[in-house]
Amino acid sequence: MTGAGFSAAPQLAILLAGIALYAAAAVFAAVFHRHKSVLAAVYPICIVAAAIAAGASLAALLGNTDSGFRLPLGLPVIGLHIRLDALSAFFVLIVNLGVLTTAIYGLGLDRDRDLSARVEPFFPAYALAMNLVLIAGDAFGFLFSWELMSLTSWVLVVSRHRDAGNRHAGHVYLVMAAIGTVSLLFAFGGLAGAAGNYAFDAIRAAPPGPLVAGLVLAGAIFGAGSKAGIAPLHAWLPLAHPAAPSHVSALMSGVMTKVAIYGIIRIVFDLLGTPIWWWALPFLLLGAMTAVLGLLYAVLDNDLKRVLAYSTVENIGIIFVGLGLALAFKASGLSAAAAVAMAATLLHCLNHSWFKSLLFLGAGAVLHATGRRDFDGLGGLIHRMPVTAAFWLVGAMSISALPPFNGFVSEWLLFQAVLAGPAFPEPILRFMSPAVGAMLALAAALAAACFVRAFGIVYLGRPRSREAAEAHETARPQQVAMALLAGLCLLGGLFGGVAVSAIQPLLQTLAGAPLPATGTGPTPFSLVAFDAARSIYDAPTIAIFLLTSGLLVTLLVHHLSGRRTRLGPAWDCGFPDPSPLTQYSASSFSQPLRRVYGGTVFGASETIDMPQPGDNRPASLNVQLHDYAWELLYAAPARAVVGLSARLNALQFLTIRSYLMLVFSALIALLLIAAVWF
Amino acid sequence: MNHAYDVSHLLAGLMLVASFSLLYQDRIFAVLNIFAAQAILLSMAVGWEAWTQQRPHLFITAALALCLKGIIIPVALHKMIVRLGVHRDVEQVVGVGKTLLLGLALTSLSLMLVLKITVAADSFTREGLALALAIILLGMLMMITRRNAVTQIVGFMSLENGLILAATGARGMPLVVEVSVAFSVLIALFVFAVFVFRIRERFDSVDIEALENVRGDTK
Amino acid sequence: MSETLTLLFGQTIQMFLVLLVAPAIAGITRRTKARFMRRQGAPIIQPYRDLIKLLRKEAVVAQNASWFFRSAPYAILAFTWVAAALVPTFASGLMFNWAADAVALVALLGAARALLALAGMDVGTSFGGIGSSREMMIATLAEPAMLLVVLTVALTAGTTRLPEVAEFLTAAPVTVRVSLALALVALVIVALAENARIPVDNPATHLELTMVHEAMVLEYSGRHLAMIEMAAQLKLVLYISLIVCLFLPFGMAPANAGPAAWPMGMAAYLVKLVFGAALLGVWEVSIAKMRVFRVGEFLGGAFVFAFLAILLAFLTREVLN
Repeated sequence: MTGAGFSAAPQLAILLAGIALYAAAAVFAAVFHRHKSVLAAVYPICIVAAAIAAGASLAALLGNTDSGFRLPLGLPVIGLHIRLDALSAFFVLIVNLGVLTTAIYGLGLDRDRDLSARVEPFFPAYALAMNLVLIAGDAFGFLFSWELMSLTSWVLVVSRHRDAGNRHAGHVYLVMAAIGTVSLLFAFGGLAGAAGNYAFDAIRAAPPGPLVAGLVLAGAIFGAGSKAGIAPLHAWLPLAHPAAPSHVSALMSGVMTKVAIYGIIRIVFDLLGTPIWWWALPFLLLGAMTAVLGLLYAVLDNDLKRVLAYSTVENIGIIFVGLGLALAFKASGLSAAAAVAMAATLLHCLNHSWFKSLLFLGAGAVLHATGRRDFDGLGGLIHRMPVTAAFWLVGAMSISALPPFNGFVSEWLLFQAVLAGPAFPEPILRFMSPAVGAMLALAAALAAACFVRAFGIVYLGRPRSREAAEAHETARPQQVAMALLAGLCLLGGLFGGVAVSAIQPLLQTLAGAPLPATGTGPTPFSLVAFDAARSIYDAPTIAIFLLTSGLLVTLLVHHLSGRRTRLGPAWDCGFPDPSPLTQYSASSFSQPLRRVYGGTVFGASETIDMPQPGDNRPASLNVQLHDYAWELLYAAPARAVVGLSARLNALQFLTIRSYLMLVFSALIALLLIAAVWF
Repeated sequence: MNHAYDVSHLLAGLMLVASFSLLYQDRIFAVLNIFAAQAILLSMAVGWEAWTQQRPHLFITAALALCLKGIIIPVALHKMIVRLGVHRDVEQVVGVGKTLLLGLALTSLSLMLVLKITVAADSFTREGLALALAIILLGMLMMITRRNAVTQIVGFMSLENGLILAATGARGMPLVVEVSVAFSVLIALFVFAVFVFRIRERFDSVDIEALENVRGDTK
Repeated sequence: MSETLTLLFGQTIQMFLVLLVAPAIAGITRRTKARFMRRQGAPIIQPYRDLIKLLRKEAVVAQNASWFFRSAPYAILAFTWVAAALVPTFASGLMFNWAADAVALVALLGAARALLALAGMDVGTSFGGIGSSREMMIATLAEPAMLLVVLTVALTAGTTRLPEVAEFLTAAPVTVRVSLALALVALVIVALAENARIPVDNPATHLELTMVHEAMVLEYSGRHLAMIEMAAQLKLVLYISLIVCLFLPFGMAPANAGPAAWPMGMAAYLVKLVFGAALLGVWEVSIAKMRVFRVGEFLGGAFVFAFLAILLAFLTREVLN
């Protein structure tokens, strides 16, 4: 397969056709970027391409395809390997479903107001790059397309470059992306070893020794983890993701983070050889910390899109915990538990891509309708935007892991994996598992709090600004996009068992065992972890139960009481105040959580500024929060780098002789290193 | 398994719970009561060991724990607090929530450690040592995270409860009784010395002045 | 086939049993409290009368309330009812007991809570917001402890399916009673918090800044309020049933015993419910309500208990094997 030859499975061929269509759209739009109609045509083309690619990848996933070939491009000796296996196919599916829905959303963009040569040509290019990362079969192709993905998304982040905040976000993003790529480069260097095997097949055949494997692990976690947004490397994410146009934010948060997760799975579960138990520790520690921290940030933030970005950080934490559990179980020889953890991880990747895209698209609709994304200027949108509100509610319930939606399916599987934690032979893992489980439960409860707050402040209550009071419902294609995603969230929640049966071969490869087949449970749709006597979650049955009881309640209540309803002013204990400012605001909603958790995590403190009698100033309550991750990991090194670059700047004004001496001494240094090393 | 294990597990487990309650409480009298309860549990645990292992000399240790730490010291401390008018609140350096989390981490650590290094020993010893180490560490934690002299002393004595539990749990340790007697006397001396000094200091410098100031204001 | 029908019948009985019994349980708790305060107290059937009264009244809805406000009570009651119907009560192994394990049950209640908190924010008053935000804060404290309780039980019984847990704990001689007892304490604390009981919240107050649950439902009236009250009462029954099922499962009709064993099981279940409700009343009169920001420490206590339960269970397993 690694040899030459151009034989490819039909799925791969069709997928490549879809990818080529992306490339065509990008080139086409870039060339004719002055024509609005060409820019608008990008989205229909992307829809077709995404549908083709998604169909092909679904077929490849179900057929457990493993097909690839080598192109005589790229690095001279290695060539460029293209490879589509079940793992790639699964993530290609995630990417293209994301592109499909966001492109449908793009159809509804306002031609005069929204389309720009800075966005539309790069949208298909970005989709192309993400697809290429997933089907790359060697390190060079992977890194090249990874870098392409970073650059195209960076262009999209700074597409509204007139805003200083966006420029700052772009700057931080670019720096982080560069550092991440370098770190991945080192990881692949370690994997390639002295023999220089850059093709994945060759690496797989000769996995590195334990020491190098540890270094590769660190490199992968740093490189791909920073792209995914793992704490404490997450600080760029809440800046960059919201800065892009909303449908691109949906792609970045919902989809690109999954590409990063793919990178980690590919390296750690596929290329790195037999796992050792302590590999799981960084995943579990970082993941649990990220999950809780991400939500604490989210619950204290007052910007709709930033809240969503922080919640992405949280979900990446959950995925990391799942990966860690899968690794630990696999290393301990408990493959049934590893399958549960791996299924939870993969399903959460899929589910998160759906509900996060949905939430970002909804946020985009709100932003378009009101021009605002700060919580203090929104409110009451459920009256003016009922469709968006209903879909957003579905997304919010999904992301809060509430049944019967899809977020709960992966969460349930993950909890089942945690509950198997006491079986670890390694005491550290065994004692860690309840703590990790508690952190996950805390994260789940915080997610519910965060999205109750977000939905309640944005859509419920009374409008807090004129713009919110005059909002309009979003365009039809955008409603369709959200409807598709909301439908997927519901279907994914009801038929999680079916989704699991589609990834069974993948679980067999990655975890060493599949989950119990569907049909071992009481109904064909039961989701079974371990075996039917141990844990079952049967979403369709519960949904039928919910429907039945809801119907019964409605019939019963209406039979007993009729439907007499009188409208009146709000009661509010007898003192309703007409000003919408008297509502609970986002900051007041998060105050109890800030008081309970903020002191420890953010060094939160409150000061009251009370003017003296006779002073007309209003009194104010000020809250100080410290973002320790930013202060320690970004601000401090940034100062160092700025200082260093000021020094290095002087290098640009040297004479030729001095340059030559620099180059010469670098050469000598390299020779010395080589002499010592070998 | 048998009742011998169940009961000793129950008593030692409850001692651990008492240690956590000591960390949780923020009123001094409640702290004293819990400490007394822990000492009584200790005496019961030691008594149970004496009964099941047929080591009658352990009854002396049990009686000592019961009388000295279960009754005399708590009552004496109680009276002193009342007479000297000490603060009734526990002054915390670290908040309750964080202390409890630290305590859980320490407990996990000690269980993990003891279970790992005592694989060869019998179940009673492993169990006793593991819980005793946890209780000792929690006592230390209490001494570190509480500022008040009384709570520091209680922390120290609770630490010592852990030591005695470890000594009785480790079967075949011949000197338990002697060690426990010596310890108890030492503790008693230590406790009263520190307590009197620290309280006297406080009493002179803070409380009286405060009281007089208040009286001056009202008159 | 007839066996399936029997089980379905049993499941239906349970669905309506919890619904019918729930107001009485609330009535017993109130009555106990009243008697301990040396008051006469309302009769035990008073909650039924209140519900009927509320149902008969017309619903007054704020002018700016949305469709969400009107439909939420139906969903809240439906979620809570389903959860209550899935906990094993008088017999284990009924038709749909398997559909939701302990984790799913917690999530169903979580869904009801999230909807209620949202409904509190719909009209846009400050009272609704304060209730919602505090409710969600309390939930974040209670949920980790709850998961650890589930973990302890799963560790002991090897399953998260409630009927199996109940059966395991009735049958097997368990040497981990100590850790189960600790888990029970934790679960009771969580149950107090989740049901808005003293010391976390006071179900009897209506106009104080300390209130949580009552503040959320302040704008509701008529049939909507009746449904929310019903859901709260069902939730109380659910938690008592859960505690009873996990920790005192004796008397429950076994899975394969058939309908003949049901009356016995039902009698035992009702006795346990009444006892639990009375105990709750005694507890509520003997303790004071806490400040909202002390709740963290109180529920932190539940967390510590649950964690200790797991540690002790680990210890026992390790030492005895």
